[in-house]
Amino acid sequence: MRHIISILIENESGALSRVAGLFSARGYNIESLTVAPTEDPSLSRMTILTSGSDEVLEQITKQLNKLVDVVKVVDLSEAAHVERELMLIKVRATGKDREEMKRMADIFRGRIIDVTESTYVIELTGASTKLDSFIAGLDAGLILETVRTGVCGIGRGDRILKV
Amino acid sequence: MISGAEIVIRCLQEEKVDCVFGYPGGSVLHIYDALFKQDEVKHILVRHEQAAVHAADAYSRSSQRVGVALVTSGPGVTNTVTGIATAYMDSIPMVVLCGQVPTAYIGQDAFQECDTVGITRPCVKHNFLVKDVKDLAITIKKAFHIAATGRPGPVVVDIPKDITAQMCEFDYPKTIQMRSYNPVVKGHLGQIKKAVQMLQEAKRPIIYTGGGVILSDAADKLTQLARKLDFPVTNTLMGLGGYPATDRQFVGMLGMHGTFEANNAMHYADVILAVGARFDDRVIGNPEHFGSEKRRVIHIDIDPSSISKRVKVDVPIVGNVPDVLDEMLKLLDAGCKTDPEVADWWKQIDEWRGRKSLAYRQSNHIMPQFVVEKLYEVTGGDAFITSDVGQHQMFAAQYYKFDKPRRWINSGGLGTMGVGLPYGMGVLMANPDAQVACVTGEGSIQMCIQEMSTCKQYGLPVKIINLNNGMLGMVRQWQEMFYSKRYSQSYVTSLPDFVKLAEAYGHVGMRIEKPEDVEPALRKAFTEHKDDLVFMDFIIDPGANVFPMVAAGKGLTEMILAEEL
Ligand SMILES: Cc1ncc(C[n+]2csc(CCOP(=O)(O)OP(=O)(O)O)c2C)c(N)n1
Ligand SMILES: [Mg+2]
Repeated sequence: MRHIISILIENESGALSRVAGLFSARGYNIESLTVAPTEDPSLSRMTILTSGSDEVLEQITKQLNKLVDVVKVVDLSEAAHVERELMLIKVRATGKDREEMKRMADIFRGRIIDVTESTYVIELTGASTKLDSFIAGLDAGLILETVRTGVCGIGRGDRILKV
Repeated sequence: MISGAEIVIRCLQEEKVDCVFGYPGGSVLHIYDALFKQDEVKHILVRHEQAAVHAADAYSRSSQRVGVALVTSGPGVTNTVTGIATAYMDSIPMVVLCGQVPTAYIGQDAFQECDTVGITRPCVKHNFLVKDVKDLAITIKKAFHIAATGRPGPVVVDIPKDITAQMCEFDYPKTIQMRSYNPVVKGHLGQIKKAVQMLQEAKRPIIYTGGGVILSDAADKLTQLARKLDFPVTNTLMGLGGYPATDRQFVGMLGMHGTFEANNAMHYADVILAVGARFDDRVIGNPEHFGSEKRRVIHIDIDPSSISKRVKVDVPIVGNVPDVLDEMLKLLDAGCKTDPEVADWWKQIDEWRGRKSLAYRQSNHIMPQFVVEKLYEVTGGDAFITSDVGQHQMFAAQYYKFDKPRRWINSGGLGTMGVGLPYGMGVLMANPDAQVACVTGEGSIQMCIQEMSTCKQYGLPVKIINLNNGMLGMVRQWQEMFYSKRYSQSYVTSLPDFVKLAEAYGHVGMRIEKPEDVEPALRKAFTEHKDDLVFMDFIIDPGANVFPMVAAGKGLTEMILAEEL
């Protein structure tokens, strides 16, 4: 099962390696990981996309909670939440492909944020599956580069992760 | 204003640390200088940093205080890693202070630089790099706090040399608050009630306890609870002494080399009360086999991640063991009615006991089990026994009946050969008048044998009980049983003359070759040579094996017993 783990962690040097080290040492997988300071700069918010059985997920949250720097942990996917991922994708945009690329970007509500004679950079936000389908919809030969941030997410309504 | 180095020492004084185990070097010279100028904190100069950490670890294990080690950067730190990992696996509270190259040099591959925080991260409870002298005192305070609270463990504090030279006001906080670290103490009352109910319904109960009972000083409470319920008790290797081994209710150690009755009782129990134990692979054997029996499990542990990790738990109780046991006792005081069928269960257990699974083969040579039995008699069952890793360790665990907690000092989790002698030093520093014996093998003792020199310098009269089989016995046992007797690299040739070696270090050496000499030699060592380190080289039957044995991959009840071979 796919899970999105959200972590509030002290913004100390080495905090990231404690989390990453825990996952590798215990054989848990990380599909994506994003981290940045929160509105309180002494805290970082980390979002980890992982997968595993219920038992494994129980261990992941318990082990994360055990890290001395970790303030709070929630499994966002346990309840209502929204998730987004940002992708920057550079594509070849020449001849008839140029018009086609623009159309695709429009359909997916992407924005073209850099233009040269032969390339576009398209910015696309959404659930990871949307980014996947955008990539699938393009002619693979036209993709020059993709950069994805990994998933970040937040609980809906009153579900708040704060100190 | 005082220097960072003086701050380090003042912090140790504030923490009432009476001794540190260490080894100097470039990056800790300021700290050693500050140490020189005072006499509250004693320093024990070991001969290898690994031993400093093992000794600090045993200082903790054998007392209720936090052991401290002090080492220099680079090789000083890398030499400590085995010791830190050993303490981590057994949840031992310990603080390791490490020198580091000056702040400005970090990351430049400076002389004796290593990434201490990176190297130790996977085997510490937490670690710190101090980047500002203003943070030094509070960091050390946090280190002691984190090491000793919750599930204890080693904490490393990495201190760059320039920080120890800088001047700063000294202000040691009395208490500490950390928003990210608040271990639970009290157990959930609803869960505790459920557990007490379940215990009273049990027909085939067992109380299974581990190192957590020792670490949290809960042995008395556990004993009260067990007596009140009149249930059988088994201890893990780490839990020995948590319940008096000479008591009728004690069924012995369980696990790979557990007794026939303990392993059967654990397997066939309908209710298991697990206390400060973690259903380790050496304890439950094959998890599928263990899971084949229907039962209910109550698990008390301070660490939520130990619960339902390897075995599904029905009543999890997260909390400090003595606090939880206290609540249980209160509930039982109000009325305790156990199931009458428990009497039949006791009959069954006594039948299993009748197998006498610890009986051993007699021989013209000295049997290692016999040495431990005699050691028990001669020391009145009241010694601190440190051990290494191998057959001798299992013999010590099986045949020395520990009635008190913190008397059995060994590396259970990591299984580190070489700990025995430095453990003996740590025990003696924490308990200066105690009888301390290190039950070891000729393989293990050579891994930290240089510490005989430290023992001479500080007058630490460890009695080294070397069960010398000329073999890496435990390896040989597996090769005999599972590798068709292909003894690949398990025979130790070119052994030193241990008697002469001990004498060369300034100690007393004895070689004991006949069974009838065992007891007199031990008596002599513990009376005439009470204040000496005595190296007792017992030449034992090289074929002796440890039984019962649950082979790797087998179930708990599928034991190989001595008479089956
Ligand atoms: C540092 C380390 N290396 C290797 C091992 C693997 N090992 C476990 S027991 C053992 C043999 C120990 O021999 P000895 O100390 O003579 O004890 P005996 O089994 O003969 O009593 C070995 C090599 C270990 N536990 N620790
Ligand atoms: Mg041996």
